[in-house]
Amino acid sequence: MNQAEAAATDGRSKGTIRVVQLYPRDMNIYGDWGNALVLQRRIQWHGYTPELLEYNVGDPFPEDVDIIVGGGGQDSGQLVIQDDLQARAGQLKDLAEDGAPMLVICGLYQLFGRFFKTRTGAVIPGIGILDVETHGTDERLIGNVKVSTQEFGEVLGYENHSGQTTLGTGVRPLGTVPKGTGNNSNDGHEGARYRNIVASYLHGSLLPKNPAIADFLIRTAAERKFGSFSPGNPDDTYALLAREHAGRRPR
Amino acid sequence: MPLLGYIQNMVFFTVPLGKLVRRVSRLRGGGSALPGLVVEKIDPGFMRRTLTTLPHGVAVVSGTNGKTTTTKMVVELLESQGLKVFTNRTGSNFTRGVAAALLGEVDWRGRLDADVAVLELDEAHAVHFVNSVPPRYCLLLNVLRDQLDRFGEIDKTAQLLQQIAAKTTGTVVLNREDPRVARIADTLTGQEVKYFGLDHSLLGTFPNDDDMRAAPGSPAPAALPEKPAADVVLRKVGADSAEFEYDGGTVTTAMKLRGVYNIFNAAAALTLARSICGAGAATADHATLLEALSRVAPAFGRGESLTVEGQPLDLVLVKNPSGFRLGLKSFPAAGYATMIAINDNYADGRDMSWLWDVEFDSLREGGVDVLTGSRAYDMALRLQYDQVPVGAVETDIPAALAAFVREGRGKPKRIFCTYTAMLAIRRELSKITTVEVVS
Repeated sequence: MNQAEAAATDGRSKGTIRVVQLYPRDMNIYGDWGNALVLQRRIQWHGYTPELLEYNVGDPFPEDVDIIVGGGGQDSGQLVIQDDLQARAGQLKDLAEDGAPMLVICGLYQLFGRFFKTRTGAVIPGIGILDVETHGTDERLIGNVKVSTQEFGEVLGYENHSGQTTLGTGVRPLGTVPKGTGNNSNDGHEGARYRNIVASYLHGSLLPKNPAIADFLIRTAAERKFGSFSPGNPDDTYALLAREHAGRRPR
Repeated sequence: MPLLGYIQNMVFFTVPLGKLVRRVSRLRGGGSALPGLVVEKIDPGFMRRTLTTLPHGVAVVSGTNGKTTTTKMVVELLESQGLKVFTNRTGSNFTRGVAAALLGEVDWRGRLDADVAVLELDEAHAVHFVNSVPPRYCLLLNVLRDQLDRFGEIDKTAQLLQQIAAKTTGTVVLNREDPRVARIADTLTGQEVKYFGLDHSLLGTFPNDDDMRAAPGSPAPAALPEKPAADVVLRKVGADSAEFEYDGGTVTTAMKLRGVYNIFNAAAALTLARSICGAGAATADHATLLEALSRVAPAFGRGESLTVEGQPLDLVLVKNPSGFRLGLKSFPAAGYATMIAINDNYADGRDMSWLWDVEFDSLREGGVDVLTGSRAYDMALRLQYDQVPVGAVETDIPAALAAFVREGRGKPKRIFCTYTAMLAIRRELSKITTVEVVS
């Protein structure tokens, strides 16, 4: 946190919420910074003090993590982080089972699952926090997506992936897709929900136009750390208008 | 024999027929590629036959950013050396566009009066093109995060460029500072490789996508092994001049081009032009080359300055995070009224994620006067999170532009715009000022 931010919240802060970006150096291909930035600002707008940390390959794993956010990468990025991610599997799994809120998008959604089987048959092991499996295909699913969810209302974003993910019984889908493809070209589901993890293929970035998900992560983090959450009053005028216009764009 | 088959056997007629389609399609006000498509269907060998007759061969310019301006520079540099150059000026950088441009230039017998062809080709189409016409030269500029929804991933784009290099028969010119491009050299066997490069002091102004999000304190990506020597190095960039090093000496030249990334592409263009001349096409004359370079004006929308009501209005094309960041860095906001126009059509890139990879802090002080385009509210939301004040948001481009010109009276203006937004803005501006309309 820089000094200006410290000064802005000094004295009135309801407490510090620590957000860790997983592998931002290698897994940040589709505006994943947007998700981290939205968490940082909204934590502040809710009256808490944000602390944004990066975790990259080989770093010591941060203590007292409140929110984890991870993004998408290309194949080369996934190869670079693979071993390190396996080495951190235990810590991440403990955090997940303990109810830490997490957002994993695209590539890290896949790697939080059981495995990714590439088109050529090679199997890249995941860390198995999510009961999902992903199979590489020749088909690239690209375009605007609208997801109907019970928890967060309508979720809007953009998908671009060739891996197709199937959910096991241990997770439930984030929602169903009236527009776009989502997890795979068969079952009309998008994303996965498990404990306080939100997993999704959507970028755009996801959180700016879906503040309900951002606030879920922040609220859960605050409740877990302080026992309760007292929200602030972020101005979501532009978010609402951006949703309205994005929702009207063609697939 | 079916009619089409009959026509295919009459290769003789290709050129007259294609020219006819070209005329008819122009009368209809149609696009530039249709006649190319017709020729491609009827006589697939037309392009190869015509281009392989050129005494100094074909040079292909590709990469994600700066192809149009760089190609324009190479053409003007070669013309300054007395060469007749064929190029695809219409901005139709697909194979069919090349065929269409050829039809406009050949005589009725299909002969092309040129010494060399310099062609700007979109990465994916370039691969298709080089499989049919192996170029003697290629110039590969960069692999930036551009329209990933079209090509999938950056590494895939790098592979496309590698295939262009592999099909090149003579000299491959590579950007020494873009690791994905520089590494292509390792995969080549027979070709001569030349680099263009940047002075160490300028490297910081060209962040690549890999270190885009590396925060202070996070470990730097693995350093490249010893950098190879470059044929031309950009040493310094002044307000309206630049310093290049080549042949062991340093020269300073005036530059009409603006924006440090345009001037880096001038180093790329010089390297390719020197290669073509050095191979015997012409004797490279340093004085005339530099003079030509100093006179190159930007291609449309690439840092171009128009005049509206006696005040300059700059158009800056932005189409990916690196380009937008370089645009913001190259054209400081102070004293200017600013408008941003973001569309999400196919040619713009449909995924708005890229806006989140650009930092807009430099606009915080003066704010942004008007936001427009089909994704104006995505832009407004982006600026809100960077705490940049926003004046008006109006998705309709003509209305927004009128308000921007009206409210910004007496001030120099700058518009950052995506590709199709720029076309719309140019159409509107052509009603009130002199502007070349490109469709």
